[in-house]
Amino acid sequence: MSADEFRAAVAKMRATYPDDRSAVLPALRLAQERHGGWLPEEAFREVADALDRTPAFCLSIATFYDMFHTEPVGRRVVGVCTNVSCALAGAQAVVDAFERELDVRVGETTDDGAITLRTVECLGGCGWATVVAVDDHQRLRVGPRDVPALVKELRGVS
Amino acid sequence: MASPELVFAGTDGGAVTDLGTYEERGGLTALRRAREMTPDEIVAELNASNLRGRGGAFFPTGRKWSFIPKPDQNPNPHYLVVNADESEPGSFKDHEIMLRVPFRFLEGCLIAARAIESRRVFVYIRGEYGRPFEVLVDALAQMRKQKLLEDVTIVIHRGAGAYICGEETALLESLEGERGQPRTKPPFPAIAGLYASPTAVNNVESIATVPPIIELGGKEYAELGVEDSTGTRVFSLSGNVVRPGNYELPHGFPLKDLIYEIGGGIPDGRVLKAVIPGGSSTPILTAVEADQVTLDYDSLSQMGTAIGSAGVIAIDDRCCMVQLGVRVSQFYEHESCGKCTPCRVGTRWLTQILKKIESGRGTHADLDLLLDVGEHVNGTCLCPLGDSDAIAVASYVAKFRDEFLAHVEEGGCPFEGESSLDQIVAPTDVHEAHVGPAEIVRPLEVVA
Repeated sequence: MSADEFRAAVAKMRATYPDDRSAVLPALRLAQERHGGWLPEEAFREVADALDRTPAFCLSIATFYDMFHTEPVGRRVVGVCTNVSCALAGAQAVVDAFERELDVRVGETTDDGAITLRTVECLGGCGWATVVAVDDHQRLRVGPRDVPALVKELRGVS
Repeated sequence: MASPELVFAGTDGGAVTDLGTYEERGGLTALRRAREMTPDEIVAELNASNLRGRGGAFFPTGRKWSFIPKPDQNPNPHYLVVNADESEPGSFKDHEIMLRVPFRFLEGCLIAARAIESRRVFVYIRGEYGRPFEVLVDALAQMRKQKLLEDVTIVIHRGAGAYICGEETALLESLEGERGQPRTKPPFPAIAGLYASPTAVNNVESIATVPPIIELGGKEYAELGVEDSTGTRVFSLSGNVVRPGNYELPHGFPLKDLIYEIGGGIPDGRVLKAVIPGGSSTPILTAVEADQVTLDYDSLSQMGTAIGSAGVIAIDDRCCMVQLGVRVSQFYEHESCGKCTPCRVGTRWLTQILKKIESGRGTHADLDLLLDVGEHVNGTCLCPLGDSDAIAVASYVAKFRDEFLAHVEEGGCPFEGESSLDQIVAPTDVHEAHVGPAEIVRPLEVVA
């Protein structure tokens, strides 16, 4: 997506709302997609320009929300829920399996830049534990034995 | 017990994502009927049904709508905002409702919009619900194509990961493009909500229950369930049970039947130790108490807890209650927005004290301090996020005091590494791994 296309897309977002301040989250989401999954400094300038806000304001919004990244991440971001229901169902074994399979610790990105591993708070799938978020979609009922195939799939897709 | 499905009616256990199929199975009759009713008549049906909000606060939906001024009383546009930011640990019902009955939900949006004389609907859906978002967008397009929206605009707005945005005023801040921090009330959203205009904020399940109420009539709906907790409820069952899942049941259903009959009981030959009945914010029940309650407002209130968002978490005897406290408190610490000092400082402090007790370094004074800090968080902030942490943790201490004392007196966790929550890595742990563990300090002394 070119800079012009980005500006045009954000203009359309602004027109969706009675007050175009509301377009900040969708604009940041789009900017993050455009910049490979995270928001470098220039992304905030672009978003600010497209929204008639300041880069600092846009940064202050991004840092509030868990799904915006202000540091580089892998091409895919894997988030294992370790809240109570998933934890009771064995989420830590799933975390351990990802750490082994990816050879990273939680919070790190694989050397080839393919996958970032995180633990996350409740994903709203407690009865389908363990829930694993892959970017903004979810894999349900993931067990440690499912992890090698899932990792292979994610590396293939990227 | 035969349990009528109203929210999930016509699905046969699957999903209805085709508008034609939805209509063949009786969908849209409520919308047609509502469009022949006046807004006041719709509100009157809701009042007769005594539908109470399914997001957790249990506030009567009809009464909430009746607080919205008439257009001639307030010339600003009126808004319906649907809270689809479901993030309460233990709750995953709205997730399944949006996946399986998107048209019933959108039909409910249109009826609700008519009731409050709104032409603009915003559905604020949590950012992690990628698939439900796609399902709603597709369903909305099908309805638009059939010109079912008439003069109403529905916008599906995605959040970006923040539990606090499920609090209605924080949600409105977020929807306005700000950091999702709660507002001072009053003014309440009904008077000055989105863009300072009259706004009704309703939960997904509440809205999806509106079409069946219009179809049945409020009075008949109120015959289901029990007094003060009418109708059906989608209960989310999770944790240590054989068959976790969402189950739509009438209010007043025995908790033990949900766990043992519907849920298939406790797996791996273990026994039930405790139940969190309404999402992680609600006080815990012992297994003995869980045997005695029914799933409705009054029964759970009388037992000192709450129906909350109806997220039932079954916990078996492998779980250390101090570790449970740590994990729950870590969640609230992570999600505290930082606006109010007692919550910002208190949730972190509670976690630190609990970790100290779990490690075996805690004293009797730490146990007192834990409860004291909680009391100073509870009720002192703009929203109940910090209260939830304090109330939940206090209930673990009250119900399982012996276990907390054992940690102090034996100088370590009596589960000796065998607890089901042992070594679980929370997001706040990862933060600590990067910046170093926090020392337990008394924040007010540091300030002084």
